[in-house]
Amino acid sequence: MDLSDSPEDAEFRARLREWLGKVLPTLPPKPSPDDWPGRRAYDLGWQRALHDAGYADVHWQAPPGVRLIFLEETEKAGAPYVGAGFVGLLHAGPTIAAEGTPEQRARWLPPILRGEEVWCQGFSEPDAGSDLAALRTRAWRDGDAYVVSGSKIWTSHAEVADWCELLVRTDPDAPKHRGISWLAMPMDAPGVTVRPLRTLAGSAEFAEVFLDEVRVPVGNRVGAENDGWRVTMVTLSFERGTAFVGEVVACRRVLGELAHRARRTGRWDDPVLRRRLGSLNAEFRALWRLTQWNVSAAEAAHGGVPGVGGSVFKLRYSQARQELYDAAAEVLGDAALDADRTWTADRLSSLSYTIAAGTSQIQRDIVAERILGLPKGR
Amino acid sequence: MRFLLTEDQRALRDGARELLARRFDRAALRAAVDRPGVLDRALWRELGAAGFFALRLPEADGGVGLGLPEAVLVFEEAGRRLLPGPLVATHLAAGHVPGAAEGETVVAAADGGGLVEWLAQADVVRGDVDGAVPLRSVDPLTPLHAVPARGTADPAAVLLTAAEQLGTATRACELAVQHARAREQFGRPIGAFQAVKHLCAELLVRVETARAAVYAAAVTADPADIAAARLLADDAAVRGARDCLQVHGGMGFTWEADVHLLLKRAWVRTRRAGGGTESEELLAADLLAGADR
Repeated sequence: MDLSDSPEDAEFRARLREWLGKVLPTLPPKPSPDDWPGRRAYDLGWQRALHDAGYADVHWQAPPGVRLIFLEETEKAGAPYVGAGFVGLLHAGPTIAAEGTPEQRARWLPPILRGEEVWCQGFSEPDAGSDLAALRTRAWRDGDAYVVSGSKIWTSHAEVADWCELLVRTDPDAPKHRGISWLAMPMDAPGVTVRPLRTLAGSAEFAEVFLDEVRVPVGNRVGAENDGWRVTMVTLSFERGTAFVGEVVACRRVLGELAHRARRTGRWDDPVLRRRLGSLNAEFRALWRLTQWNVSAAEAAHGGVPGVGGSVFKLRYSQARQELYDAAAEVLGDAALDADRTWTADRLSSLSYTIAAGTSQIQRDIVAERILGLPKGR
Repeated sequence: MRFLLTEDQRALRDGARELLARRFDRAALRAAVDRPGVLDRALWRELGAAGFFALRLPEADGGVGLGLPEAVLVFEEAGRRLLPGPLVATHLAAGHVPGAAEGETVVAAADGGGLVEWLAQADVVRGDVDGAVPLRSVDPLTPLHAVPARGTADPAAVLLTAAEQLGTATRACELAVQHARAREQFGRPIGAFQAVKHLCAELLVRVETARAAVYAAAVTADPADIAAARLLADDAAVRGARDCLQVHGGMGFTWEADVHLLLKRAWVRTRRAGGGTESEELLAADLLAGADR
């Protein structure tokens, strides 16, 4: 058991810190949450800066330990998170890097790394959310293209995306986990319609995407035809594995701010509230350690693809994040009901965490069946 | 950073696991339940000979010369087997009390809480136990005396207790899963039902989160990390035993099933070496103190 940096890690950390100290003060102000074109430009600008400094591919090329240091240091320094680059950098990019042909890697990876193209995720459907394999969007071959019809939902960044990592059913007669293929679909193709959805936080975070006989070249298929489920599992293990690392660091910062605020306002004298914040400190410390444990395990297992331990983490973290913002509401009192407060917006957005990337119920099934070996059933 | 068990640590853990499986199996556990308040001195000496108490003593002083991470692994195994006796007090007395390191001397201690374990069986008592009054202990495997609470707990006692809780939580998870796989109702194993499945999953989530916290605290020995480890491990052990009981249904409420022994021991440990409230206050104060997070 070792929690110290290796000499190489320590050097990487020091170099990154120095660079962050120089570059962060030069960043433009953050756009408002509803200004999607502004957010796209801002997030891509940050990715471009990372690229020029040599940090662009840290999410999928670097060893997990280095990636952990990157996420820890950027968050501590208050650097922007991946934002609109999320799907490209954390899902589609690693998937294409792992499963794509040399031509596909050459076509799609450099623009992601340089901060030129935004991806969105076309996985969920109105009738296939957590039961992802029940998806019905059809694709049939017509010469050198697939013709795609159907609809997708909960698609983040769809309005400003250039590409969509799209799951389609290419063999309707196969068992539901087979017969699925993974396509890269250009979002400006004829037949693609995007309709933003308003979330309970009042903002348009995600969208419905309607597909009406959209032609996607066969060459845009990543992995073999009807092998999309396996390709997708590669993507999802990244999503559930280390995608939340930076956020744990952020939650620890928020908790510290909350404690200082409670002391300023006198709420700190309430022992029930104080102890609740103390116990949240324990929670987020433990989650950080669990992250380090999972990353070490992934590194030891080679390849760096996180295992099902990601589901354990996601279950606990998504719950803890909601408890953090409930505690924040206790500290804020009446102000917690002011929709213009950042805390309020964050509290509302925390509600998505036990749903997105597989609901807590689905994660518990995964833990019970794949780790504990309990029988399948409902 | 390589936050995983080393080869040597795995070998040590496996060795402790084998020793305890051989010397303190289920029959021995139930025999101990039938003889409450009596400590198995022969077993105590064997633990001493295996280095259980001298683990962290320097080799120059006749110890094994290992550190907190190794001690935590061994105490986790003790917790997993529900090994009875003042293990933490005797371990912490090694090097201070003659015979403790070898398991020849049984040491009890007042360590900041209001309870002393195994007072009547101890050869040496550390700390102030004036005015100790015997209780009829809820845990048949841990005799208790109440003392006026004074002093503060040794962080090492808190951490080793957390390690025992982690082991007990792990055992609760194992027992629950084993039962959920074997027990059939409505023509199928109850583990196929989502309600039962989810209880088991939550058991594991609490165990794994506590494990990361306990191991990290053993590496850093940081008081706030130790306090966090305690809170997570207490929760994993107490709620784990309750959920395990729930999975067992009516069987879980019987004296014959071992589940109540897990829960009662977990309860006793929540009051050892200070308590959860103290840890929460320490972690609250840490939020205001720490600039680096």
